[in-house]
Amino acid sequence: MSASANARLGEQIWQKMPKINAEFFTLTYGAMVVQLMRDLEDVQLVNEKLEKMGHSIGCRLIDEFLAKSGINNCNEFAETADVIAKVAFKMFLGVSVEVASWNDEKTSCSLLVYDNPLTDFVELPPNINLYYSNVLCGVIRGALEMVQLRVECYFVRDTLRGDDVNEIRLELKEHIKDEMAEEYRRE
Amino acid sequence: MPMLLIVGSKEPLYEAEFSTGTAQPKSEDTAHLNQFILHSAMDMVDEASESTNNMYLKIVDRFNDQNVFAFITAGNIRFLLLHEGRNEDQVRSFFQEVYEAYVRLLMNPFYTYDTPIMSASFDQRIQAIARRYF
Repeated sequence: MSASANARLGEQIWQKMPKINAEFFTLTYGAMVVQLMRDLEDVQLVNEKLEKMGHSIGCRLIDEFLAKSGINNCNEFAETADVIAKVAFKMFLGVSVEVASWNDEKTSCSLLVYDNPLTDFVELPPNINLYYSNVLCGVIRGALEMVQLRVECYFVRDTLRGDDVNEIRLELKEHIKDEMAEEYRRE
Repeated sequence: MPMLLIVGSKEPLYEAEFSTGTAQPKSEDTAHLNQFILHSAMDMVDEASESTNNMYLKIVDRFNDQNVFAFITAGNIRFLLLHEGRNEDQVRSFFQEVYEAYVRLLMNPFYTYDTPIMSASFDQRIQAIARRYF
């Protein structure tokens, strides 16, 4: 499917998705992050926790995504990235994302999120190493894991830290092989 | 020189002075005097707020040629403005804009209600609003 077709598909599904109030969403996420910071008391742990939470969201979300979008298998990773950017982000967050800076092997790219709805109103306290929207990385990792793609996903640039755009780096590590669990294997 | 003070339930949260076009050199004395006038007007604010349901309390106190205007937010945070002018409508819309900036600040999950305001962007926003009014 071509890039513009994906964009159109994303737009179409976005129309059909149930919506919630943006402020409610932003404030709920904000309250959760602040509560995590209070509970864990270490920013690094908070980053990891957000990623983990995202991961379990992603594992569930992929089914909803595939069911509602009707997207079939992607042939190559470039297509996967485009589907995430144009369809998935549009469908769940209502924003469109750009795919940029591919490496030569076509295994890693950047997702440029110009308008991140999670960070409305947010201002980070000075000198803090928090990746506020790290949950997004987890969601992507979790969702791709369910379709046999092991990826690494992390923030490179964050508008909350003064960068001009949010950049999420997406790196394909391996294709997970479908294997039978130990107990079913023949000797 | 107009001066804005935001007061919470226990302590002052934010303070800003705006230089007017015809700024006279600011002396140490008047800075303290301005603070003193505003803080001493607090009782008048409470008194004025009891007699009305409006958020905007207009002029609550006077000192020489200076007027103290007051505004109470829904969350019981008080804005005080010390200003020589007596145009109540102008100050009303000034307060309204400060209130909007304050609400934006309050929506930031990292800001806790009723604590001193350290945010640099809030300060910039207030200064920008003041530049349009004074």
